[in-house]
Amino acid sequence: MGAYFKELFSGTKSLFVGLQITFGQMLKPLVTQQYPHEISTMTPRFRGHIELIPKEDGTTKCIVCGMCQRSCPSGCITVAGEKREGVKGKVLTKYRLDFTKCSLCGMCVESCRPGAITFSKEYNLASTRKEDYTFDLLKRLEEKAK
Amino acid sequence: MDSEIIRVIAFLVGVIAFAALNAAYLVWLERKEAAHIQRRIGPKEVGPFGLLQPMVDGIKLMTKQILIPDGVDPILFRLAPILAMIPAIMCFVTIPFSQELVARNINLGLLMIFAFASINVLALLLGGWASANKYAVISAARAVAQNVAYEIPMLITVITMVMITGTLNLNDIVAQQPNISQWYIFRFSASPLMPVAFLIFFVCSLAETNRAPFDLSEAESELVAGFHTEYSSMGFGLFFMGEYANIVIGSSLAVILFLGGWQDPFGLFPGVWWFLIKLYCLIFTVIWIRWTYPRTQFYGLLNLSWKILIPISLFNLLLTAGFLKVF
Repeated sequence: MGAYFKELFSGTKSLFVGLQITFGQMLKPLVTQQYPHEISTMTPRFRGHIELIPKEDGTTKCIVCGMCQRSCPSGCITVAGEKREGVKGKVLTKYRLDFTKCSLCGMCVESCRPGAITFSKEYNLASTRKEDYTFDLLKRLEEKAK
Repeated sequence: MDSEIIRVIAFLVGVIAFAALNAAYLVWLERKEAAHIQRRIGPKEVGPFGLLQPMVDGIKLMTKQILIPDGVDPILFRLAPILAMIPAIMCFVTIPFSQELVARNINLGLLMIFAFASINVLALLLGGWASANKYAVISAARAVAQNVAYEIPMLITVITMVMITGTLNLNDIVAQQPNISQWYIFRFSASPLMPVAFLIFFVCSLAETNRAPFDLSEAESELVAGFHTEYSSMGFGLFFMGEYANIVIGSSLAVILFLGGWQDPFGLFPGVWWFLIKLYCLIFTVIWIRWTYPRTQFYGLLNLSWKILIPISLFNLLLTAGFLKVF
C-alpha cells in the first residue's frame, strides 16, 4: 500500500517536472534557420565548385599553363588562352568547368602554381537542366568585378 | 418574425461558427505551440504569423473529393462523421459563456452534455467498423475500451460535484463561485481533495477526447490514422472538427465546474472574457501536455483508470459525502 502511494506521488511529480521542462524550452530562442530567408555562411574549408581568384584590378591571376586541366582526373576543366601584343605571357580567353563530372577532389586547386583558383562557397545549385552545370568561370569573374 | 426564432437562429449560427473557428484556429495554435516547444517557428508563410493557414487548409479540405472505397458500409460510412460532429455542436447549447450568453439554460445541462458526449464514442465505433479496414477496426475497439474505462472516474467526479453544488444547471454552478477562494477547485470545506478531483476530471477529459498521451485510437505509428484512415475531404474534416469541439467542451466543463466559469477571480468584472481566458488557458495546457508526454501503452492506460483514478475518485466521493453530512 505504501509503495502504491509512493509511486503515485513520484509519478505525478515527474509529470509536472516534464511539463516544466517543455515550458522552459518554449521560452528559449529558436534554433532553426529560416532557409530561403536566411542563408548561412559556409565554413572556410567548404568546397563548392572552383572559381577564379581576382587580382586587385579585377583580372585573373591565371597564366594559362594548363596544369589544372591536365591534373583533373575527370576532365572537367577546359582552359584556352592566346598571345596578345604588348602583354607578357598568355591571356586567358576561356575557362569552362563541367560540374556534372567534378568530384571536388581539389587536384586543380593544389596544382595551380600562381594560385589563381579556389573553392567557391556556392551551394544553391539545384536545377533540372544539365546545361546549368557548365560554368564559364571567366565570365563569372568579369561579372564579379563589375 | 418571432423573437424566439431569431434567438434560436442567432445561437445556432453563433455556436456553429464558434465550433468551426475553434477547430480551425486550435490547429494553428497546436502547430505553433508544438513548434515553439521544439524550438521551431511553425506556420509563418501564409498571412502574418501564419494566421491564414487554417483558412487555406479549410479550403483545401472542402474542395477535395470524398472517396468512398469498395467494401465499406455505404450508409454508416457517411453517417459516422456527421454523428461525430452533431453531438459536439449540441453540447454547446447549455454551456454558459456568460450569465446571459447561453443558448438554453436548462436545469439538466450537465446531464445533457454527458448524454450527448457519449454519442461520440458511437461515431468512432461506426466510422471504424464501416471502413472495413483492419486498422480502423482495431482503433475503434481501442476507443470504446478507453472511453468506457474513463467515463467511470469522470462521472464519479461529476457526481461528487453535483453533491456539493446541489444542481445540474451549469449557470447556477457558476453563480456559486463568485471569487477565486470560492472556486470549487479550492473549496476545501467541501472536501480536502478538490484539486485532486479537478486533476482526475482533467485527465479523464483528455482520455475521453482521445488526446495525447491517451491517443491510442489514432496512434499514427501503428494504426495509420486510426478510425478515420479511410476518410478523405470533409469526412475527415468533420471528425477533426468534432475532436477539437470535444476538447473545447471538455475544457469548458472543467472551467465551469472547478474554475468559476464566467466569474472574475477577484469578483470585479464577471463576463464572457473571463470564461474565454480560462478556457484557452486550459486548452493551452491540453496542447502543452500533448507535446510533452509520449503515448501510453494500452495496459498502462487501463491501469491508470482502474487502479488509480477510480479508487481515488470513489474515496473522494465518500469523503465529500462525509464532509457534507458533518459540516
